[in-house]
Order: sequence, then structure tokens, then C-alpha cells
Amino acid sequence: MTDDVVLVEHASRSYGAVVALDDVSLGVPAGQLLGLLGPNGAGKSTLLQLLAGLRRPSSGSVRVLGGDPRSAAARARLGMTPQETGLPPTLRVGEVVGFVADHFPDPEPAAELLSRFGLTGLERRQTGGLSGGQKRRLAVALAFVGRPRLVLLDEPTTGLDVESRQALWAAVRSFHADGGTVVLTSHYLEEVEALAERVVVIDRGSVLIDGSLDEVRSRVGVRRVRYTLDGRQVEHLTPDADAFVRALVRDDVRFEGLEVAGTSLEEAFLSLTERVEAAA
Amino acid sequence: MSQLTTVPGARLMLRHARYQFLETVRVPIAVIGTALFPALSMLFFVVPSADLAADPVVSTGATAQLAVFSVMSVCLFTYGVGVSEDRALPWDAYLRTLPAGPGPRLGGRLLNGLAFAVIGLLPLVAIAVFLTAATITPARLGLALAALLAAALPFLGIGMAIGYSMPAKASLAVAQVLLFPLAFAGGLFLPPETFPDWLDTLSTWLPSRAGRELVVGAATGSTVGVLPVVVLAGWAALAAGLAVWAYRCDEGRRFR
Repeated sequence: MTDDVVLVEHASRSYGAVVALDDVSLGVPAGQLLGLLGPNGAGKSTLLQLLAGLRRPSSGSVRVLGGDPRSAAARARLGMTPQETGLPPTLRVGEVVGFVADHFPDPEPAAELLSRFGLTGLERRQTGGLSGGQKRRLAVALAFVGRPRLVLLDEPTTGLDVESRQALWAAVRSFHADGGTVVLTSHYLEEVEALAERVVVIDRGSVLIDGSLDEVRSRVGVRRVRYTLDGRQVEHLTPDADAFVRALVRDDVRFEGLEVAGTSLEEAFLSLTERVEAAA
Repeated sequence: MSQLTTVPGARLMLRHARYQFLETVRVPIAVIGTALFPALSMLFFVVPSADLAADPVVSTGATAQLAVFSVMSVCLFTYGVGVSEDRALPWDAYLRTLPAGPGPRLGGRLLNGLAFAVIGLLPLVAIAVFLTAATITPARLGLALAALLAAALPFLGIGMAIGYSMPAKASLAVAQVLLFPLAFAGGLFLPPETFPDWLDTLSTWLPSRAGRELVVGAATGSTVGVLPVVVLAGWAALAAGLAVWAYRCDEGRRFR
């Protein structure tokens, strides 16, 4: 036995002829903040659905908090967000929070939770009348109602303004600082860079890369070379910056203000999935 | 670690029922629609006809068979269409990640359907009481309500089977295709005495007819044979089996 909060072993899942997940193994120790990246249709959502007990793996096993996520008891310390569009529009904010809280033995008081997510004073509003940012914050707040030990966040800040996003990040960080485990998917690589300690890149149902932020960047090893040529800003991404600069000098390119820098995760990630596509 | 406690199911079931009810009732047209059709049928087809409306036995029977229709339509629509619409919503998937088994959600649905069935019956019964000669003793009323619950069972199962196995658009079509032929052939609009022989024979084996016999018998005191009870029990068992199967196969809406 390990003390992994999430333990996925050789899990595969197919829908008819389509293989969404192909022999994925993944362990997440207690207290880790894991970012799950991949293009749309890569298998992120399927993996999250397996962890939440919404779907069964076609083969392999998935254990969450020491139990099968398909059993209700194993989900007692699991928190998840509904998609923002999924809140029942006719129910009031206070009712939604109360209803979700009813499912947990020791829920966080609604007033405390709402104030933590900047929703104080909205208890009597129907969720259909909230702004996009408020809906999103409410959806994420619901993941924390039951005082979870593991939280699954699927695209938590998609479509949010900067302020709401910062507020959500702060809430996730403080949960993590108190020892909580987080698995987060995001379109925003910036978000994964800001929050995650470990990054798993999934594409076409398989784990491409699994490592720390730095490892992912260095394993992709892409550098950005930037300079000005005839008054125009030029930028190149290259796996070998040294050779690139030597070539510039050899070819007597009249560059000015040469800059060589590491890449953002986004660029690393793009170059990674492109490389796989080129190889395929 | 897996021994963590969950909240007691009965309380949670009431909460599910409450919020499902609130969700629906805040869209008033949904409630009006449920209540309207049987009441209108009574108003248009029974009340204007002096022969029917003035005869206590006939008008009580007519009320009883429309009550079966009302309950049948609530079952096929709130369970059939309602369930499949809910399954397509992210909120339903979210609720299934909460630490509760299927019990509270299903139980809440049953209670909710029951509440809407009662709402659907009220105007019908009011029209019967005030505008026709229909009469019923308190004991017979109790018996008729019990019979109505029994008559609802097969449709409850069929509704759930539809809801958990089909996408919303398909479930709507299937519920409509089932509702009217079953209602007509079951004698819920015209009494079976007016049927040709072949239809009468076929009708005997339908759950709608069996339910009608039971409820009309309970309400008017006419004798009920063993056959309707057996037919109803058979359909209820079959439908329950289908519903369980459909529920087990369900993993929310699937996109290919």
C-alpha cells in the first residue's frame, strides 16, 4: 500500500471504438498540487471523471482516498466543481450551497464559504441571475463545501476576469497550504505555472510527460531567441539556441539586442505536442 | 479510510425531493401543463354531456380513468423525459460526485413525482366534485388512491427505463408515442365497453387497462377480477427490471 491520495493503475477507457485513455498510471501523494495539461480531447476530462467516480475504467484500477471512487464513502472527502453552466438556474445561491452541504457529515458553514469566495450578500439570488464570474466562483466554492482532502478542479477559471481568477487562485493556494491535495486541469498554462508543483501532460489518452514545472520545461528544452533586424522584432523557438546563434553569426545576420530566454510552459507544451504530431 | 461516514439517506432523500420540487415549481408553466390536460379532458368530454355528468357511477368512473391517465403522464414525463433531460446537465453529473449513493436522488425523484401527481389530480377531482354527479365515500377514496399508486408502478418503471437509457429528444418522442396509444387502448379516454372485441382482448393485457380496472373498481365498487392484478404485477416487475438495467448502464450522457 502507498499513501497516495490518487492511485491510477493501468487505467484504460474507451467509448465504442474510440480509446480516450490508454493504459494510464498515475499516483498523487497527499498534499500535492498537480496540473493536468493537454489539448481538447486528450483524455483529461475522462481521467477526471474516473477519479470522481462518474465513469468506470474499461480496464485497470482507480483508487481515490483509499477507496473505489464509485462508492459513496470514498467520496466523502472529495470535492469537485460542476461546470459553470451546470448550476440549476432557478435555485438560489444559499439553496445550492445548503443542498450540497447536506451531503457531507461536517460541512463548512455557508457564510464562511461564501465570504471566502467573495459571494457574501448573494445568498438570496437565483444562480441564473449571477454574472459569469460569480457563477464560476460559486461552482468552485462547491468543491470546498465538505472540507475535502482531495479537490478536482476542471478548468476552474475558464472565462474569468483577472480579479476573480486571482481570488480563486488564492483560495486554491490556501487549501493546498493546509495540506489539501489538488488535481487541476486548465486551458491556461499560466494557471498551471502559477499553481502546480507537478505537471502531467496528456495527449491522445497517454501520459507524455510527468514531472516538475522545471523538468517539463527543461525536457522540452525549447529556448526563445529574440532580436531586432532592420528595426523589426524577430522571434524564434529552437531546441538548440547555441547552434542557432552560431548560425546567425556565421551568416552575418545584422541582428541587434539579442536575447535568449527559457520558454513559458505554453510554448514548451505546444512544441511538445507538435513534435509528437510530426512523429506520428 | 473508506469507512468515512456519509449522511443518513432518508434525510437526504427529502432534501433532494425538496430541491427538485423547487427547481420545477419555479417554472410555473411546467406545473400548469401537468395539471391541465386531465382537467380539460374532464371539462370538455364529461361535463358537457348530460348522460355522463348526471350519472354518479359513470362520472366517478370517468374521473377514475382520467386520474390513471394523469398519473401515467406524470410518470412518463417527469421520470422519462425529466430524467433524461437531467442526465444531460452537468449539474446531474456533479451531484453524482457527491458522497451519496443513488438512493437519495432516486427517492427524491419518486417523492417529487408523487407531489406532481397530486397536483395534477387536484383540479380533476375538483371538477368532478363540483360539476358532475361523481361521488365517493372516504373509504373508497382511500382505496382508489392506493389503487392509483399500484397502477402507477409499471409506468414509473417504464419512465425510469426511458429516462436512463435515452437522450432527451428520444425520450420525449418515446414518452409521447407510448402515452396516447396506451391511454386510448387502456380505456382511459373511452370506456372499454365501447371497444370492438379484438381491442378489448388486446387491451386486457395492457398495464393502462389493468390499472384502470383497479382504480375504477376501487372508486365505484364494481368487481375487479384477478387478471388485472396479475397483469399489473407482471408489468410492474418487467418495468422495474428494465429501469434497474437502464440505471446500471447509465454513466451520464455519452457523446461519441
